[in-house]
Amino acid sequence: MTTSPTTPAAAPLDLKADVLVIGGGPAGAWAAIAASEAGARVVLADKGWFGTSGATAPSNTGTWCVPPGEDRRDAVERRWQRTGGVADRTWMLRTVDQSYRGLLRLAEWGYPFPRDDQGNLYIANLRGPDYMRFMRGRVLKAGVTVLDHHPALELLSDGDAVTGAAGIDRRSGADWRVEAGAVILATGGCAFFERTMGASGLTGDGLLMAAEAGAALSGMEFTGKYTLAPHGTTLNKGLPFRWASFHRQDGTPILDGTGEPLVNGIGGTSEKDIVRALLEGPVYARLDLALGALQDWLRRGQPNVMQPYERRGIDPFADLFRVELKPEGTVRGTGGLRIATHDCGTGVPGLYVAGDAASREDVAGAVSGGGAVNSSWAIASGWWAGQGAASHARRRGAPRRFRTHVAPLGAVGLRPSDSHSLDPRDVMAAVRAEVAPLDRNYIRSGAGLAESISRLDGIWARAIQHLGGEGRGRLRPREAAGGLAAARWMLAGALARTESRGMHRRVDHPDPQPGPVRRYSLLGVHRIEVEVLGAEAVSQEAAS
Amino acid sequence: MIEVVSSARCIRCDICVRVCPADVFRKDAAGLPVIAHQDDCQTCFLCEIYCPTDALYVAEAADGPIGITESEVEARDLFGVYARGLGWSKGRAGGSQFDTTQHLRVAQV
Repeated sequence: MTTSPTTPAAAPLDLKADVLVIGGGPAGAWAAIAASEAGARVVLADKGWFGTSGATAPSNTGTWCVPPGEDRRDAVERRWQRTGGVADRTWMLRTVDQSYRGLLRLAEWGYPFPRDDQGNLYIANLRGPDYMRFMRGRVLKAGVTVLDHHPALELLSDGDAVTGAAGIDRRSGADWRVEAGAVILATGGCAFFERTMGASGLTGDGLLMAAEAGAALSGMEFTGKYTLAPHGTTLNKGLPFRWASFHRQDGTPILDGTGEPLVNGIGGTSEKDIVRALLEGPVYARLDLALGALQDWLRRGQPNVMQPYERRGIDPFADLFRVELKPEGTVRGTGGLRIATHDCGTGVPGLYVAGDAASREDVAGAVSGGGAVNSSWAIASGWWAGQGAASHARRRGAPRRFRTHVAPLGAVGLRPSDSHSLDPRDVMAAVRAEVAPLDRNYIRSGAGLAESISRLDGIWARAIQHLGGEGRGRLRPREAAGGLAAARWMLAGALARTESRGMHRRVDHPDPQPGPVRRYSLLGVHRIEVEVLGAEAVSQEAAS
Repeated sequence: MIEVVSSARCIRCDICVRVCPADVFRKDAAGLPVIAHQDDCQTCFLCEIYCPTDALYVAEAADGPIGITESEVEARDLFGVYARGLGWSKGRAGGSQFDTTQHLRVAQV
């Protein structure tokens, strides 16, 4: 069933479920199906409309697709070599395995995959609008209750475990509440209010909700990821720039570090050259390395990417167009909620995490999981979280009819101690000023991070007192609080890691530290405690 | 962001009001979708492809409207341009089996 788009005002919705999934991107969809197949009664609550919301729906994403066989371990090893030593081969292998099973399920269900030159189904790529529309159909078919336009604002707890969540119908402002045996956060990464593809709802509220329940975060320093886009657009898709050359407005070629004309915006060291060029002045590109059939493949294979050019009436293969690097926060960054158990439990009883809301250090390490690894991770982690949550709910028994001690956990942005006088837009602008600029976040420094932390700590203190809203106006302040909290964790992790590794670049510590690779676990919403996990602790965790 | 709702093309089906992930539209008294929260638009172009009559136009600029008019969109044949690129038609999904991205993945290496 789905809810009507116009629920009458002030009619609160109260539901009970075995498993509540928060978020309707691919991870939430796979989690809902897995929990349902495990016998659970499932509710899925989406901030937007399940099928169009999130970063996948408007995109075209590869997967990390490696068929079973001898080559799999080699593929994992090759990928691991690129992860800055942070990833975990066991997790990588099981992600490849589980996500491959998911792709086969899609084929069985009749998802319209293309065929390769040999006539076999090509299952390694998913077209976002088609994929997420298809997944909505599968989830409804599985009997899941879908609540569209029902953002969650906070988790519920009985003191021992997470027992549900509460939020609002964003149309009417009415309250909803779902009591559940277990909750899965599939709320996506945090895009820090950047206008990138499908990212406006990705505001870090899931991270904040979980942290309020006592969950830890990890990998938040691996967030210096930026992707090229035509200037002023949402199209942060790197693939076409593989065939780009880069110029100044007058057509003068920009030179790379070796004095050659700068080409291929996604390869090798070109990213650093583009950053340097952008810090000096506006940069223009032209996709003039795409010749012959490539132009046709780009037009037909990446129709979303072509939209800015179509609409501006320019030919990207012949004309120069201005570009920018868009910051991608934890969406293409790696950080998120720390996973404590093999079934994607957070360590807080009853609370599971899937997709980009989770730290992807185990599969992507210190580098970006891009679309491919993150897309496979969404399938695999969604599946495990769905099974884990269903199993937890079964052990715990049906939600008791009268739960006397259930309490909501939400605080900042939701229950200010004083007035509602802090404008969430000002909070969002202040966050962006610290985490978006290339010279603050692509290239970090200890001094710059400390300044940013101090400024955002000040805003956090004001938010505790003055950030909140009424009715449907409760969503924005809570989103602002989520992004602000995520930014503070990101900065804390970045300050703690006194080295450069992958997406974390410190001008004052330009090299990786020799010796065992560490992870930085962050705990706490107000005061952030940083716990250093050595390589030993990490591998023990993986083995348990 | 979303800039044009063509009242001539629109059949008042409400699909855009329902499927917009950022909850941008509202129905007016006559049942026509109106752009109620334009600045919330995330410029994902998905309302366009779900529209069964290609009645919506989302300009490519993410940060604010560019002021494009319905007649310009019509004259430049931009209604439904993304749906045609994908192979979606009349609000129905289609065309993913003709996706050429596999060739790009091979060529990008």
